[in-house]
Amino acid sequence: MKQFRSFVRKEYYHIFRDKRTMLILLAMPIVQILLFGFAITTEVKDVKVAVFDPSKDASTQRIKERINTSEYFTIAEELTNIDQINDIFKYGKINLVIVFSENFAENLLHTGEAKVQLIADGTDPNQASTLTGYVSGILGSYQQELMEQYQVPFQIIPETRMLYNPQLKSAYNFVPGVMGLILMLICAMMTSIAIVREKETGTMEVLLSSPMKPIYIILAKAVPYFTLSIVNLITILLLSVFVLGVPVSGSLFWLAILSLLFVFVALALGLFISTLVNTQMAAMLASGMGLMMPIMLLSGMMFPIESMPPVLQWVSAIVPARWYIEAVKKIMIQGVELQYIAKELVIIGVMAISLIMLALSKFKTRLS
Amino acid sequence: MVALSANNLNKSYGTVQALTDLSLEVEKGEIYGIIGPDGAGKTTLFRILTTLLLADSGTATVDGLDVVKDYKQIRQIIGYMPGKFSLYQDLTVEENLTFFATVFHTTIEENYHLIEDIYKQIEPFKDRRAGKLSGGMKQKLALSCALIHKPTVLFLDEPTTGVDPVSRKEFWEMLMKLKTEGITIIVSTPYMDEATLCDRIALIQDGEFLKVDTPRNIVADYPDTLWAVQADQMHQLLRDLRDLPFIRRSFSFGETFHVTFDNDTTPGQLKDFLAAKSYTNIAIKEIEPTVEDCFMLLSRK
Amino acid sequence: MEDKAIYTENLTKRFGNFTAVDQISFEVEKGEIFGFLGANGAGKTTAMRMLCGLSHPTSGKGNVAGFDIAREPEKVKQNIGYMSQKFSLYEDLKVWENLRLFGGIYGMKSKEIAVKTDEVLQELELERERETLVKSLPLGWKQKLSFSVSIFHEPKVVFLDEPTGGVDPVTRRQFWELIYQAAERGITVFVTTHYMDEAEYCNRVSIMVDGKIEALDTPKNLRQQFEVSTMDDVFQQLARRATRKAD
Repeated sequence: MKQFRSFVRKEYYHIFRDKRTMLILLAMPIVQILLFGFAITTEVKDVKVAVFDPSKDASTQRIKERINTSEYFTIAEELTNIDQINDIFKYGKINLVIVFSENFAENLLHTGEAKVQLIADGTDPNQASTLTGYVSGILGSYQQELMEQYQVPFQIIPETRMLYNPQLKSAYNFVPGVMGLILMLICAMMTSIAIVREKETGTMEVLLSSPMKPIYIILAKAVPYFTLSIVNLITILLLSVFVLGVPVSGSLFWLAILSLLFVFVALALGLFISTLVNTQMAAMLASGMGLMMPIMLLSGMMFPIESMPPVLQWVSAIVPARWYIEAVKKIMIQGVELQYIAKELVIIGVMAISLIMLALSKFKTRLS
Repeated sequence: MVALSANNLNKSYGTVQALTDLSLEVEKGEIYGIIGPDGAGKTTLFRILTTLLLADSGTATVDGLDVVKDYKQIRQIIGYMPGKFSLYQDLTVEENLTFFATVFHTTIEENYHLIEDIYKQIEPFKDRRAGKLSGGMKQKLALSCALIHKPTVLFLDEPTTGVDPVSRKEFWEMLMKLKTEGITIIVSTPYMDEATLCDRIALIQDGEFLKVDTPRNIVADYPDTLWAVQADQMHQLLRDLRDLPFIRRSFSFGETFHVTFDNDTTPGQLKDFLAAKSYTNIAIKEIEPTVEDCFMLLSRK
Repeated sequence: MEDKAIYTENLTKRFGNFTAVDQISFEVEKGEIFGFLGANGAGKTTAMRMLCGLSHPTSGKGNVAGFDIAREPEKVKQNIGYMSQKFSLYEDLKVWENLRLFGGIYGMKSKEIAVKTDEVLQELELERERETLVKSLPLGWKQKLSFSVSIFHEPKVVFLDEPTGGVDPVTRRQFWELIYQAAERGITVFVTTHYMDEAEYCNRVSIMVDGKIEALDTPKNLRQQFEVSTMDDVFQQLARRATRKAD
């Protein structure tokens, strides 16, 4: 036991004395949360719109005002010619063009129906659909107002129909994602690098030829990173509650249990990687490409799993972060009861146990 | 009393045969040298004996314990200093030593007498990070760490490589002292001049032992009379010696050439020949071969 | 002074208040084999870095291959070769590819490189290994090849940093014959070594102690001066005077 304690102390020395890594480890969650929360956002704010309005009547005027005064849009240009639309997108200054039909007010008041075309830049489909959704919403509220005014059913038909969701906050999506990412990064990547470093510097040779039990070497490596990831977890939760305003609606206890299980999975993956590679560079690549990429792409953090082709959906099922992120969303945002995350808990638990067994069985008592 | 023995060890990495049928036996309290150039298989042999690698075939025991079956017990009683500096560069001198003491279930105080002479020299720098030490000091710290648990057998893999002659001499003085403590020492080195400091040596090349014996016997077994030849025009001399039919071998050794003749040739003949070629200050005298002479004779290259 | 391959005048390098190289002054003739000895931490590496134009002197002057090491380090680099024990060749390139690469680095023309490659391989008796990956060559051959690479572009001066460390005794001697051949072609050889018998192979030897050159002469004169029989004894006498131990 004294051996073990002394080994753990040594690991802390390594971490604390490497100021740069230390800074990265502690600052990374903060930076990521803030980045995803504020900078990389799919929320709409002051988006530049162009308008083509051949009618120029009271109704279109009202609608334009509404759009311009909303916090989401600014009308940057009034087009005089329908052919300008193509060019305006090419310059990239405008993200959305609103085209009113001719005789808009007349149509609306006499036939009760008028058409608006919403043309969005499709290169970013997510943003495009959000933008058209927001405009439809504004049109809808104007319509509502007209109806109250005239007691007649009016209909403004936008050509794109989108759901309006003024509460759409991307942080809700990203906080669980970042939690999965950070925990995996700290535990898996850092643990594997720390173990492989000893191979690279030759100290592993001395350790293995000593009475130190290999299992101690492994566990002692895992302890500091386990602690660090707990610190990070707390940082992320505090930031998301107090800075981003994302609540923890469900049970904090089960969130903690879930995270602990996930940390074990990540540690086991780190150990496993360390048994496969011999250089720190390889460990970094393996955990970077082998673990980070699937989390970013396949866990549902960035792209919804439901919209993936079936093959990728199957692949995503073996990405532990997918289950973790899903369960965290449920607990944090939906605030569901234990029975609704039981499936994820079991999956992650089974993954943790089998990966730890695998890593331990692969760890050698000799050099090769 | 046998401290270590190996029988017909073989090891290959893919198609490369690293060790071929190596056998050796080391007595308790001996300094045993494995002498040979880089890439000869010294490190592989050490790793097998320190239970870090498995041989493809053959057996080995350390202090009567089998390197495969009893590896756990062996790890309790050996000290190992790998060729590369294998301490934690970001830990201080004292932290390194304390750490390795704990790993071996002991404390610095318990065996301080053993490392005192060596550690004393680096103690003034005990709060310095190991990575910031000079080459000689790193080597002393590594030796202290390998000794801290009073091992029965000490394995030193190329402890003096890249170290200047003065530090090398100091290092060997330390080893002599350890020998008096009864510790068996297996040491490998590419420096042939260190061979004479060992009780027994094995000359190794391309994974095979060329010869195993005491340095004295190895030198005594040199079959020919060896002559040191010297003159003022040394470089020209090398070529002329090489072209002479009655000269069997000729190698430069510092300020002289070590030369062996065909059976019926006398040094007088060579002197006459060189004098005729107008060499000046010719000196030819019989000398005792060094281990390096023997190595070159045995080496098939 | 312009006809010397290397000359320095009070060349000094300080790191903070630590003087690694302390006012060294010496000259090396063209075509000379100059041994540069010293204990670990005596300042050899620092001095060599300055001479190769890799590190700026704190004070003093130095001239290598006709160029000032402080003012024209790029010209110095063009006109020298360098070989160390650690980095020498690209292991995953073939023998001839290594030669072509280094020829190219020094701006040699393709035709010139092709001719020189044949020449070098013939000299080393490595013709059959032309297409071999360097990593599968025995260590001794690698060392010889990497020396040939360092003088491939016919530099005026070549710096060799412990070129024979760990090499077997026979190859070590073959290596020195290559050095002699290079010197005969007029290449100045500046070499460090921990093998004291190799010090005897140099035309002149300098021994550094604590950043200063404490002795500089032919091996024979040094032995006479210190009244000992080998260069090892000379070295031991001088180096034991050292008071500093840091690298």
